[in-house]
Amino acid sequence: MWPAIQAGASTKEEVHRSVSNAENTASEVRDVIIVGSGPAGYTAAVYTARANLKPLLLAGSVTAGGELMNTTDVENYPGFPDGIMGPDLMENFEKQAARFGTEIQFEDVTELELDGDIKTVTIGSGETFRARSIILSTGSAYRELGLPNEKRLSGHGVSWCATCDGFFFKGQDIAVIGGGDSAMEEALFLTKFANSVTVVHRRDALRASKIMADRALAHEKISFVWNTGVEDVLGQDKVTGLKLKNLVDGTETELAVTGVFVAIGNDPRTDLVKGKLDLTPEGTIAVEGRTSQTSIKGVFAAGDVIDPTYRQAITASGSGCVAALDVEHYLADFHA
Amino acid sequence: MSNAKEVTDASFGTDVLASSKPVIVDFWAEWCGPCRKLGPILDEISVEYSEKVDVVKVNVDDNPAIAAQYGITSIPAVYLFQDGEVKGTVIGARPKQFFEKEFADVLS
Repeated sequence: MWPAIQAGASTKEEVHRSVSNAENTASEVRDVIIVGSGPAGYTAAVYTARANLKPLLLAGSVTAGGELMNTTDVENYPGFPDGIMGPDLMENFEKQAARFGTEIQFEDVTELELDGDIKTVTIGSGETFRARSIILSTGSAYRELGLPNEKRLSGHGVSWCATCDGFFFKGQDIAVIGGGDSAMEEALFLTKFANSVTVVHRRDALRASKIMADRALAHEKISFVWNTGVEDVLGQDKVTGLKLKNLVDGTETELAVTGVFVAIGNDPRTDLVKGKLDLTPEGTIAVEGRTSQTSIKGVFAAGDVIDPTYRQAITASGSGCVAALDVEHYLADFHA
Repeated sequence: MSNAKEVTDASFGTDVLASSKPVIVDFWAEWCGPCRKLGPILDEISVEYSEKVDVVKVNVDDNPAIAAQYGITSIPAVYLFQDGEVKGTVIGARPKQFFEKEFADVLS
């Protein structure tokens, strides 16, 4: 029932061991440190561990497992013909990485020093680690509407996680903002609880994959409001409705809902490397061609943090593999 | 290890509102992925700050009344109570340092 906690508990020993060896840890230079623990990070860990590079994976304290921790059924990850729950898939990733000797610490990275041959990584406690190469797989964070009342009512009707919060909206009327796969997944999931689900989308057609779009369009509890943006979230102590604006004719309307689920996309998590690594106009970390090579030697990036386009578990995973192989080649030259 | 005790709709008054010590309440459920991540962090806080604060857990599946009373619609939701009143809230799973900063009044 609580696999994540068991996993966390077993690694506590690792944490204590490394703390008691603090002086050794500080001077030890590792081959590779991986930052982030979604499909990209764990795949990079499996490959570098099997290459005997003894990777240290800094998984994050509460973000460990990444985006898939907030999903339910994953139906399009090959190898699971009956689908698999997102958190179960990530637990498998973790086990596989650990099996080949990845050292996993559930810590948050607070600072990166990337210049020079030896890179330094600082975690929340102030402890530092050094390595000859770094793989950044920090993923992406959900995008907010950017309305003042959205923040104020967050946790009181405004939500970004249907699987976490749908339960609280039994028999109620709720809205989902967005038109992609995540929005459709949220809308479909919420039909289990809600009286009605209204999808509010800025365009006149869905971006979602056909199978998800068809399921949502056919669902009797789901209705759609097209070409419409959200102007405001209404409510004093909790959400009572949305102020909507038709983007074609400019008319404003109100939609009475008690819950709002925001699924309008994600932004790459690049806070740690802003001003240090080159970014693309889309805000992702810039890499050379099909490689994972960033603008600094010895620093590689993989997964959603370099991908403004595809952003799937399987593409992130493939990208993590690329980074691991790039690191192997880099270190072979480094040691030569 | 954890000092966090389970509190119910029935025991909330005694264990939280009437407590002489500040109480951190973790509203959670088994089906909530981020709650699983947050559990061990609050367990750590419950041990490390056991003299300053009690940490308790409310399973919202089994105890809907308390969650409804405080208007909770997102979990994990962590509320800090002192003298029967809400002194702070943190919505969503956050690192330990975040709680230490947010609840510094009672933890430091």
